Amino acid sequence: MKLSRNALYGSLLLLPAAVLLWTFTYQPILTTIINSLFSTPRGRRSAEFVGLDNYDVMINDPVFWKAMSNNAIYAVTTIPLSMALALGMALLVNSKLRGQSLVRMAFFTPTVLPMVAVANIWLFFYAPDYGLIDQFLRPFGLAGNNLLGTPDTALWALIVITVWKEAGFFMIFYLAALQQISPTLLEAARLEGASPMQILRRVTLPLLMPTTLFVSINAVIGAFRLVDHVISMTKGGPDNATTLLLFYIYQTGFSFWDTSYAAALTVVLLAILALIALFQFGYADKKVHYR
Amino acid sequence: MESRSKPIIALTTLGAWLLAIIWVLPLLYAIWTAFHPPAFATRFDLFAPWTLENFSRVLSVAPFPRYFLNTFLLVSLILVCQFVVCTMAAYAFVCFPFRGSEILFMLVLVQLMIMPEVLLVENYKTLANMGLLDTTLAMGLPYLASAFGIFLFRQNFKSVPKELEEAARLEGANPIQVLLRVFVPVAKPTYIAYGLVTVSYHWNNFLWPLVVTNSVDTRPITVGLQVFATVEQGVDWSLVTAATLLSVAPLLIAFLLFQRQFVQSFMRAGIR
Repeated sequence: MKLSRNALYGSLLLLPAAVLLWTFTYQPILTTIINSLFSTPRGRRSAEFVGLDNYDVMINDPVFWKAMSNNAIYAVTTIPLSMALALGMALLVNSKLRGQSLVRMAFFTPTVLPMVAVANIWLFFYAPDYGLIDQFLRPFGLAGNNLLGTPDTALWALIVITVWKEAGFFMIFYLAALQQISPTLLEAARLEGASPMQILRRVTLPLLMPTTLFVSINAVIGAFRLVDHVISMTKGGPDNATTLLLFYIYQTGFSFWDTSYAAALTVVLLAILALIALFQFGYADKKVHYR
Repeated sequence: MESRSKPIIALTTLGAWLLAIIWVLPLLYAIWTAFHPPAFATRFDLFAPWTLENFSRVLSVAPFPRYFLNTFLLVSLILVCQFVVCTMAAYAFVCFPFRGSEILFMLVLVQLMIMPEVLLVENYKTLANMGLLDTTLAMGLPYLASAFGIFLFRQNFKSVPKELEEAARLEGANPIQVLLRVFVPVAKPTYIAYGLVTVSYHWNNFLWPLVVTNSVDTRPITVGLQVFATVEQGVDWSLVTAATLLSVAPLLIAFLLFQRQFVQSFMRAGIR
């Protein structure tokens, strides 16, 4: 009797969430995979089964590989940079310094701004000739930079913005973790005669390992999910120098209306996210638990 | 920190302040640009005249108040529905476990990895088939059952003592009354924390609203700003900057006023 009561109440309570999750997460995952095996319906021509043709096109698509390598560079640079900065910020804010809450606020402020707004502010810095960076460099005879318009620098310009925006957000998690470290541990280390650097390396950092994992997983997901700045600053240009995977999906689906190719690209993105999830649950969880 | 010498403390403080100043500089410069005539946008002059001209011009050419209303409606819809949907689901997982509910919970967590905007092409089709394109509902629907919210509330409900629940039940309260009288009050700080996080997220959300809206009547502030900036770009920096500041003002002011709560909310939501 008890079991059926639980099943009844439980399923009724879960119903709204289940319907919504099915409609906007699980069912689209399935249809994405299915649609990637069909051709895009055009006009009166309906979708036909084409097997792995879309994937064949993808392997021979230079823009796809460009998007993948851009996204890899973007992830490999923004993640360590913003995490290292975040840790430094958290350590600074956590030490008892004057104006601590103001400093913390300064670090966290970019986080509460929408990426679109941030992009518009930075556009002004990056603009050639009258942009702030160019004006600053002019006295040194280094003006005339079109940072966003040059393939070699455009992605780096976006990386800088991302690091500026994300570091303060990750700082919060480190700060929370730092405040949970018991003072007795630090006190004991100090009594043993450990220098501040030794304490950081041997006590603080190992205790922050779970946080580092959590933040890095979040950062990786973010690196594949956030393309607002690409849309509002560069549209993937110049010459696809700033095309990230999700932006390419957006472009393929909504500018070229090639929905089945977009589905194939989405499958790749889903595979990447699935790998991250497997890594998180399988490998990393066992590694960082020090208890 | 008592054992540290004075010069080290001074250096740390100096470093922290320097980094902090660098961090707010872009925003400060944007504020400066927005409050001065266009002639001073690229020329810093301490004695430049202050003006509100840029803001009034932005308001005269773009329907920003309408965009604000749209964002407000969107965020309210998401907040209220997320609270209801995620609370119900979390309550089910904690108090009415049945065979297979653990597996269901694992399935819910999939959404932590795969956000609705990753599936934007399919989700767009779904909403087009529902005939909901260009509505506030379309912007909100994919986010209403938030895995993060379910996860957070479940964590919190698990910490509620069994005795409280039993006592309420012995007094003849039905499951819904138990939820509203015992669980929800206990989780109040978590609700506030989650609320702040979700409001910030959806106030700033851009890609999905950009895809499903195409009119002034539904466009949220982020998409509105983008439309405005695309038209004005390179023409008039002080105008674009004023529009940008206008868009971020409500959230920014709220953050500056309640920064302690903001930071603590993000911390609370982040500890797993």
